[in-house]
Amino acid sequence: MILTDLTLAQAREGLRAKKFSARALTEAHLAAIEKLNPRLNAFITVTPELALAQADAADRAYAEGEAGALTGLPLAIKDLFCTEGVRTTAASRILGNFIPPYESTVTAKLKDAGAVFLGKTNLDEFAMGSSNMTSAFGAVENPWKRRGDDTPLVPGGSSGGSAAVVAARLALGATGTDTGGSIRQPASFCGITGIKPTYGRCSRYGIIAFASSLDQAGPMARTVEDCAILLGAMAGFDPKDSTSAERAVPDFAAACRRGVKGLRIGVPKEYAVPGMPDEIAALWQRGRDWLRAAGAELVEISLPHTRYALATYYIVAPAECSSNLARYDGVRFGRREDGADLIEMYERTRAAGFGDEVKRRIMIGTYVLSAGYYDAYYLRAQKVRSLILGDFTNAFAGCDAILTPTAPSAAFAQGEKMDDPITMYLNDVFTVPASLAGLPAISLPAGCDRAGLPLGLQVIGKPFDEETVFAVAAEIEAAAGFSASPTLRAGSGA
Amino acid sequence: MSGYTLAGKTGPWELVIGLEVHAQVISRAKLFSGAATVFGAAPNSQVSFVDAAFPGMLPVINRECVAQAVRTGLGLNAAINLESRFDRKNYFYADLPAGYQISQYQHPIVGRGVIEIELADGTTREIGITRLHLEQDAGKSLHDQHPTKTYIDLNRAGVALMEIVSEPDLRSPEEAGAYLRKLRTILRYLGTCDGNMDEGSMRADVNVSVRKAGEDFRTRCEVKNVNSVRFVMQAIEAEARRQIAVWEEGGVVEQETRLFEPARGITRSMRSKEDAHDYRYFPDPDLLPLVLERDWVEVLRAGLPELPDAKKRRFMHDYGLPAYDAGVLVAEQASADYYEALARGRDGKFAANWVIGDLFAALNRTGRSIETSPVSPAALGELLDLITDGTINGRIAKDVFEEMVESGEAPGAIVARKNLRQVTDSGAIEQAVAGVLAANADKVAEYKSGKEKLFGFFVGQVMKAMAGKGNPALVNEVLRRALS
Repeated sequence: MILTDLTLAQAREGLRAKKFSARALTEAHLAAIEKLNPRLNAFITVTPELALAQADAADRAYAEGEAGALTGLPLAIKDLFCTEGVRTTAASRILGNFIPPYESTVTAKLKDAGAVFLGKTNLDEFAMGSSNMTSAFGAVENPWKRRGDDTPLVPGGSSGGSAAVVAARLALGATGTDTGGSIRQPASFCGITGIKPTYGRCSRYGIIAFASSLDQAGPMARTVEDCAILLGAMAGFDPKDSTSAERAVPDFAAACRRGVKGLRIGVPKEYAVPGMPDEIAALWQRGRDWLRAAGAELVEISLPHTRYALATYYIVAPAECSSNLARYDGVRFGRREDGADLIEMYERTRAAGFGDEVKRRIMIGTYVLSAGYYDAYYLRAQKVRSLILGDFTNAFAGCDAILTPTAPSAAFAQGEKMDDPITMYLNDVFTVPASLAGLPAISLPAGCDRAGLPLGLQVIGKPFDEETVFAVAAEIEAAAGFSASPTLRAGSGA
Repeated sequence: MSGYTLAGKTGPWELVIGLEVHAQVISRAKLFSGAATVFGAAPNSQVSFVDAAFPGMLPVINRECVAQAVRTGLGLNAAINLESRFDRKNYFYADLPAGYQISQYQHPIVGRGVIEIELADGTTREIGITRLHLEQDAGKSLHDQHPTKTYIDLNRAGVALMEIVSEPDLRSPEEAGAYLRKLRTILRYLGTCDGNMDEGSMRADVNVSVRKAGEDFRTRCEVKNVNSVRFVMQAIEAEARRQIAVWEEGGVVEQETRLFEPARGITRSMRSKEDAHDYRYFPDPDLLPLVLERDWVEVLRAGLPELPDAKKRRFMHDYGLPAYDAGVLVAEQASADYYEALARGRDGKFAANWVIGDLFAALNRTGRSIETSPVSPAALGELLDLITDGTINGRIAKDVFEEMVESGEAPGAIVARKNLRQVTDSGAIEQAVAGVLAANADKVAEYKSGKEKLFGFFVGQVMKAMAGKGNPALVNEVLRRALS
């Protein structure tokens, strides 16, 4: 048995049945990390001692019959979640050697459930990017390769490190965050499953903010059920986050077994964008066929404001980021570059600490909030955002979930699309609308393109109806029977 | 209209004044964090990770601060907005940890209100309140701790402030002073701000413009962060005189922010309109709109204390006080409470005279507040009773009171120990009168020839002969008889 090949659910069964120890499971993953991470660069920080200590505690818990939902299961944490006593970077130089004296609510919940943390995963700087190319700690390499081509591909972003780690079997699951597609697009690029839950489902406390009205934590794993198990542990009301929802957390894993019989699945005509690769169009069609075959009714829906979503997102998100990132000023924590006076200290610190993409978004955000431009940009964008939400509300009057492709392409090569930010931003075209509307949305691998790279389908649900999203995704997962695996992975001898 | 004007070369100028008062909310914790708010604590000892804007930290509104703002709004006879919002006001400064202040820009928690001010001539005026909103205070930059470095103290960062904005209804420094004092009185009654301008828990920005009678408003300037009532009044006059000079010299007053220099009695430019910050206000995405339930507001309303205007009316009605006395007594809750404890069951005007006269003088002299008065209402009441029942006369009572201030001894004990009981024995008085008249035969003759104001001299001499203890009414009566 190759322990790193197990799904999270299988590993949990194994631990419960005492087929192997949590220590053995953790050691297998640490060994895989040691072997593959130098190439993948998917972890910024690996914490083997902590992981082994947690694994030993997990073994004691199993021995004493006190195991929780995730006891002994090795996970990777996106380096945007503050972890007490463990360096947290947001993949930026500006945080320097910042070691948080507090734990994010989501990671605290995972710890409480008994999870083992292997380390902190790489990401686009401050979660701003779709390729992981903007990390101050270097690019992450996608474990997948085009058939017969060793060109390093991007894992997507911003949760590219987490996606690569899960795909390469260096962890059973990982946390991600999604602002405009940062869980779903890398999940699609790396052939894994990731869900962005409803805004407010998971606490944002202790997650380094990019765009507060959009940021949402979610799990990334190799199966729909694994994501459901992880989300069950991550979600829940938190009095420390005013935007977290005071709602009970349903049994998401049970929802995976509901089936889709009688469900109405919406297919938005506006997502059939010109220039969509035929492989993706074909995959989308297959998804519809699978669901129809499983007893769902397919309905065409219209989301007329979809075409404005990307423009809206690239006003709202930078506006919030320009304000959220003002605190990185060299005064209280993180990196400081001395200057002759306060202003020079700010300028030097921020010039040295932030990368180009972060600077670009801070400047865009500052511009759209400026006197004289606020109404034309920020206020207009907020109005369009309401219209986009209205589109979904109308559509959900006639359907239970929406099926779309996750991304307009498979993973591209490192260095591609770097010349023009707009081309890069187009990666988010299918994921951004659900983000703007705060809706739950999952991406799962449903097939491969001609080069053998994975392609994802996205299921979008009603607010706080992750259960239906899981039910539909599980049905697609079963029908697709996706079994391809990446070139670079633990246990493959690569 | 008070008719106040400043004279310029071109004739009289009217003043138009509006005040923005920042009042620190009395609450145990800060507006969006659980950190404490005690004044004078060691630097950076009352700072949470939220206050210091550490990565991933989120604000959570403190319900008590909201309640205090609502109470204040109710106390200012103002509309309470059941839905309000928090915005971010973005600017960089070392003592502003997040790089933005959370404030209420477009949708404040309290809307229009009004307060009544009283002027020295006894007239009253209503001054409009434009709005009250909640916001965070910033920290403090300490520039004097090191030759080249600035130190930052974040104890104050995140403390709740109420910004209370008046309409441009004020027309003189006196009115501005009366407005500030009245506002402070109301806040103290409500227990929502201690009004302590020395400690910075109440600060004022003053908007001033001048105009000729009958004109619309001219350009105003804002004088920032004035920290006493007296300085506010001085700053208004100084700024108005500056603007008058500018206009009269053919210049144009530019809208700008200025600072008052008390030592020189002038205002100086801080930044012009062109240099004004672009604060890039936008709704804070970390906070949901603040929605209040009407029932909760009504509970707060029901729990409000009696406010100074109502108390003043009641004092006038229940204790028969003139408006002036009642106004003086209600200016501080503690004096009003003291007075009521004293006046209950006694002559109201008599009690008011003693509190406003002798007691306030004694407190002033000894540098004590009414809360720490050496003479309790019960002790002063006992003294008043000794006067009323004729045990001592008013003159002796003044001496007894001074003893009470000195020693804290009970008035009855002082009277007994020093044998100060009033002499009402007419025989003893007649004897003293006879002695005085005999010793002053020349003055008696003058009196009888028409110099009647000598009567007072004889009263004084008789009282002196009786060591002050004579019953004044009897002394008068006996003297009048003897001299007729």
